[in-house]
Formats: sequence, C-alpha cells, structure tokens
Amino acid sequence: MIAVIDYGAGNLFSVCNALSYLNIAHEITKDAAVIGKADAVILPGVGAFPAAMESLRKTGLIGTIKENAQKKPLLGICLGMQMLFEQSDEMGICEGLSLIPGEVRHIPSKKVIIPHMGWNELVITQDCPIFKGIEQPVYTYFVHSYQAFCKDENIAAYCEYDGKVPALVTDGKYVFGAQFHPEKSGEKGLMMLRNFEEMAR
Amino acid sequence: MLAKRIIPCLDVRHGKVVKGVNFEGVKDVGDPVACAAEYNKQGADEIVFYDIVASHEGRGTFLDVVRDTAKQVFVPLTVGGGISTVEDMRETLRAGADKISINSAAVKNPQLISDGAEIFGSQCIVVGIDAKRDGKGGYTVYVNGGRIDMHVDLLEWVTEVERRGAGEICLNSIDTDGVRGGFDLEMLKAVCDRVRIPVIASGGAGKLSDFATAFQETGVTAALAASLFHFGELTIPQVKADCRGKGIPMR
Repeated sequence: MIAVIDYGAGNLFSVCNALSYLNIAHEITKDAAVIGKADAVILPGVGAFPAAMESLRKTGLIGTIKENAQKKPLLGICLGMQMLFEQSDEMGICEGLSLIPGEVRHIPSKKVIIPHMGWNELVITQDCPIFKGIEQPVYTYFVHSYQAFCKDENIAAYCEYDGKVPALVTDGKYVFGAQFHPEKSGEKGLMMLRNFEEMAR
Repeated sequence: MLAKRIIPCLDVRHGKVVKGVNFEGVKDVGDPVACAAEYNKQGADEIVFYDIVASHEGRGTFLDVVRDTAKQVFVPLTVGGGISTVEDMRETLRAGADKISINSAAVKNPQLISDGAEIFGSQCIVVGIDAKRDGKGGYTVYVNGGRIDMHVDLLEWVTEVERRGAGEICLNSIDTDGVRGGFDLEMLKAVCDRVRIPVIASGGAGKLSDFATAFQETGVTAALAASLFHFGELTIPQVKADCRGKGIPMR
C-alpha cells in the first residue's frame, strides 16, 4: 500500500485517480501509523512553497516522513519534489525537508516564458528504476516557476528550458522527486507510477 | 525542449458535446467523457471542457463529466464556464480539474484572478479572453460568450491579468472564431509581446497549416480548436505531424 500524504495539496486527487486506474492500493492519510505500515509514500504538492510547508508542519508529519524516507521509497511530485530540498527562496527563505541536498530558486532565465508549462523532453542521465521499460523520447508535463539547484549526482533526468531544469532527482537510495506530474503525463507517466510501486515491493 | 501544445476543446451543454459557430447555432455531438478519452488516445496535450450553459444561465459547471473524465484521462484537464467565485474554483478542482478557466467573471471582478492564484496557485488559473477589433487599430474585451463589449482595452487587460497572477491566457478572437480562416495572428502577436506568461491561440483554425503558422509567426505556446477535431476533419496526429515536419517541437 502506498500512503499519499494528505495536507491539502491540490493534486492529491489527480495522483489518487492515477493510482486507482492502475489498481495500485493506496491510502490518503495524515496518520503516522498508516505511513509507518505503508510500503511507499507519495508527497503530492502544487502551489507556493511556504504555504505548503506550513500545512505539512500542521499535520505534525515532518518527522514521520523523514524517518520513513530512510527505509522505504518516497516520491515527491512537483512542489512535493521541491520540498525534498533544504530550502526555497519562494516568498522569502523557507526551510524544506532536507532529504536531498540543494535548494529551490526561481527559474533564472529572463528569456523564457514563466511558468514553464507544458510537455518537455527528459534527458535521462542516470539509470533509475522509475524509468524502467519506458521508451525514448519521454515527454512529461511540467508546470512550475521555481526549480531545484543541486549536484549532478542527485539528478536522474533533466530538461532544457534555456538551462538545465532538474526533472527527476534522487538521494541515490529511497528518495525520489519528480518536478513534472507523472499523474498528468499520459501513458509514460502512468508507467513511472507503476515502476515506483514495483520498487516498493 | 518544451513542446508546443495542441489542445482540443469540448464545449459541453446539458452533458453533451456541442460546438457553436460564432457562438450561435449548435449541433449536438456526443459523450464528453468518451470524446476526452479519444482525444487522449490521439495524443492531445491537454483537454478543455467548457460548460457553455453555465456561463449564460448561471448554472453550475458539469462536474460529473469532469469527475468521470479525470478517472480515465491522464493529461491536464482545464474546466471553464460559469466559474465566478473561489468556491466554484475549489469545487471544480476537487472534481478533478487541473486548471480552471475564468472569463467574464474575471473581467467583472478582477480580484477573482488574484484570489484564485493566491489560494490555488497561478498554475491552475487560466484567464480566457474574448476580444474583437475596435475599428480604431486596437482590440476590446467582450464577455458573456462574446456578446457584450466591456470597452476594456485588450492589451491593458492582459497586463492586469498577468500582474494579478494568472498562469496562462487563452485568447479567443471573435473576429476569426468559427470563420476557419486561420488564427488571428495579429492579435496573438500583440498579446504575446505584452506578457511573459503562456498564451494559447483560440478561434479560427480551419486547415492543417493554421497551427504551424500560429507557432511560427507568434509567441503562442499552445493552440486550441474544437469543431475541427470534433468532426474528424483533422486529427491531432495530422496536426502534430505537420508541425513536426516544419521543425516545431511536438510531444
């Protein structure tokens, strides 16, 4: 069973619709015990970083999430991915979950349209179980104005948007973060969610 | 590289898909959920549902259609028509919409854009705009399905829409909508030059090359069409192949 963290994130239902379609057992929860017995955890998220961290803090689950991320797969999606880093400067400096070293800042290019919205092609730089069996080219759906800045070793895939935008990040162990929305990235996005579930077995 | 998006729009009325030519004379066409699933299969980059009744008669949007679609279609869904409060937005998002499109309500109450962006995030606030040439070299904004001239200058309006935090603009030209002579390139160019948020071209697609032309000659990041796709005159794969052949990035 995958625990989907319920802290009021807007894409919670989209993520769960995709999991239901794939017949993947999951539970929407803010209960530490449910997260504890889950095989994997998904942290959804859309909107602004400080408000999301504040909502997550109110659930009292930050310690639980960090602890579980040491022993079972965790997937952060979109803002949920950004929250895996140490901090963001969206509306002032705000601390994140610090599960992956790095930080989140506004997309630096002055030339491109912001938000980065639409389907962009992934450049896969690391063999990652999330991409298992997925044929190139892989386009996934992005919508964001802030991006991660981290070491190459934590980037499994990036996309080009007048610069490198980390698309799939990992701590090299259990923690994964997708800047794009696998639940809105068609068949290939669904395959990634399926692959994530298989990692949890 | 970021791909340009091809977006079919399903106008929904009493649970059925319709398409009005110049917003008049509608033909009944089919089940919106089945249509959305078919578009998804064809490779649509997003799908738009527009509840045309709601905007005219103040009825709630067709949320069951949205709910059913969101359970089987896994590309972004935009829902518009009759959304005029933050509560309407919340309800529509909870039904499974990824973005909400507001049009008349935003012109009448621009604060709705700011409130929506603040509460739900800019990424899900699309401002739809119906505009028409004013005969003096500019464009003016219309509401209620293109029937009422608000005497608001288009370029001033898009500037305010961006400033208030909209994530995207869907620009429909009343002059070209339903005429099928191509998108309104001049109007699109004027708006793309003014804002930095994504602009979707709407209204006027009539033949295959119209899509590539809009991408080549203006800064739009997406193009939307309804009846053209709906009656099967053109398919999404045909449009994408044409664009790809002309060097435009497509998914």
